[in-house]
Amino acid sequence: MSHHARVNPIACEAHGMCAELLPERIALDEWGYPIVDGTPLEARLVEHAIRAARACPTFALLVERDRAPTPPRARRGERRR
Amino acid sequence: MSVNSTLTEPLSPTGQRTPAALPRLLVGVPPHGALSLQEHTAIHGPLPATGGRGGRRTRERAALLVDEIERSGLLGHGGAAFPTATKMRAVAGARRRSIVVVNAAEGEPASSKDRTLLQTLPHLVLDGAILAAEAVGADEVIVCVCESAEEAVENVARAIEERARASERSPSLHLKTVAGHYVAGQESALVNYLNGGPAKPTFTPPMPFAQGVRRRPTLINNVETLAHVALIARHGAAWFRQLGTPSQPGSALVTLSGPLVHPGVYEIEHGASLSSLIQAAGGATARTHGALLGGYAGSWVAGELLNGVALSNEHLAAHGACLGAGVVLLLSEHACPVTETARVARWLAGQSTRQCGPCVHGLDALATKVEEIASGIAQANVGQRIERLSSLTARRGACRHPDGAVNLILSALETFEGEFAEHARHGPCDRCALPPELPMPRWPVSQETARGKLAAR
Repeated sequence: MSHHARVNPIACEAHGMCAELLPERIALDEWGYPIVDGTPLEARLVEHAIRAARACPTFALLVERDRAPTPPRARRGERRR
Repeated sequence: MSVNSTLTEPLSPTGQRTPAALPRLLVGVPPHGALSLQEHTAIHGPLPATGGRGGRRTRERAALLVDEIERSGLLGHGGAAFPTATKMRAVAGARRRSIVVVNAAEGEPASSKDRTLLQTLPHLVLDGAILAAEAVGADEVIVCVCESAEEAVENVARAIEERARASERSPSLHLKTVAGHYVAGQESALVNYLNGGPAKPTFTPPMPFAQGVRRRPTLINNVETLAHVALIARHGAAWFRQLGTPSQPGSALVTLSGPLVHPGVYEIEHGASLSSLIQAAGGATARTHGALLGGYAGSWVAGELLNGVALSNEHLAAHGACLGAGVVLLLSEHACPVTETARVARWLAGQSTRQCGPCVHGLDALATKVEEIASGIAQANVGQRIERLSSLTARRGACRHPDGAVNLILSALETFEGEFAEHARHGPCDRCALPPELPMPRWPVSQETARGKLAAR
């Protein structure tokens, strides 16, 4: 089961914590908003990604589990860790 | 804008006459007002049976309609050309009772086909909505109409009353007016609005088909798509496929505007040539710089290429364009394409719902760069700067608005390369001061919770 990082652009207010805590995958654009590399996270980065997500003041960073295609109902409750 | 249903000669790519001729949707369009239920039934016959509510046999018969729609190859007419049957299946597969939303928010300034259809043939759309509701097991239909389309709102309200009086089988039908701004018709924005929030996109998932209005599975279809559903249920998939191309069967409504004798809403066959459409509109009254296809998230095709253009997504892909919401806008050679692009870029930046940083900052910065080119004060590296801003803006919002705006700007820069270079070097041209040809309505994006009224039940 692999994980990837994703940002909720509506919630994001460009605090920039995520880029500090997960520079391997997140850079900031010229306005301070994160540019997220959403490819699967290596195992060693998952813990850092989750720490970055918890540190986000607006909870805009999500660490999601990559899902196999499942019917919509089965998806509940797996969005944020 | 006039409604033209006079394309009786089918514009098939092969030039052959086909039996299932046009018009299909625009049959019996009255000169004023709307077709009554009685007149509608006289033309199209009664609503075909899918079998009322509840029960296993009903569900089986409803599934048959979805199968038929799948075989017809019907694609959504709101702009994204998503397979309608796939959407229906996703909603029908959910356990909870679903809701059908008829989308006539029509935020495209250059489009009027949706309001025209609702205003003149509301019962064809209601037929499709009722059939779709039965197909996905919904007990409620909400027709969402842009508040600026007053006549459409009135006529739909009357049509819903007529249905209630005729006591036909029917899910409960509601009418709701929607604020008119560019992204109000985006699916999640519409759901957010119907749930009591502002008409602004939300972060997905959950997608509306899984959890939409009142957290129920929600089927959102464009009005024209549902009108096609009403006809497919009556005549079948094979009939539907007699027009159009294999990958994009059937007919489509297009809003044709620009320097033409009769601009208006036309029904064409997918794959029809643009020149035949222009001919049907009485021909052009001026030479053109090019055509904007799809709408303000669409692409330009240069004037010298227009003769070879066929109106299907497959063909338009070669030009980097698509039919989108059926917008075909010709820009006359009297207009300045650079200034027109600068104005639209600024307008699109203003239509951001200001929720996502990259959209707010990126579209504003892009509009500024295009304005600098138009007034001849841009720096030499402006091209690279626009490229950089485009990559920082596209695909970084919660909705596709920034992607569409970037697409339009880049397409204009490419199509009118010579004019942009000319302006960058020498500043404004004589035509820059002319009033805009591209429509840019004053639609403030309301920052608070503007609520529409429940107009009819």
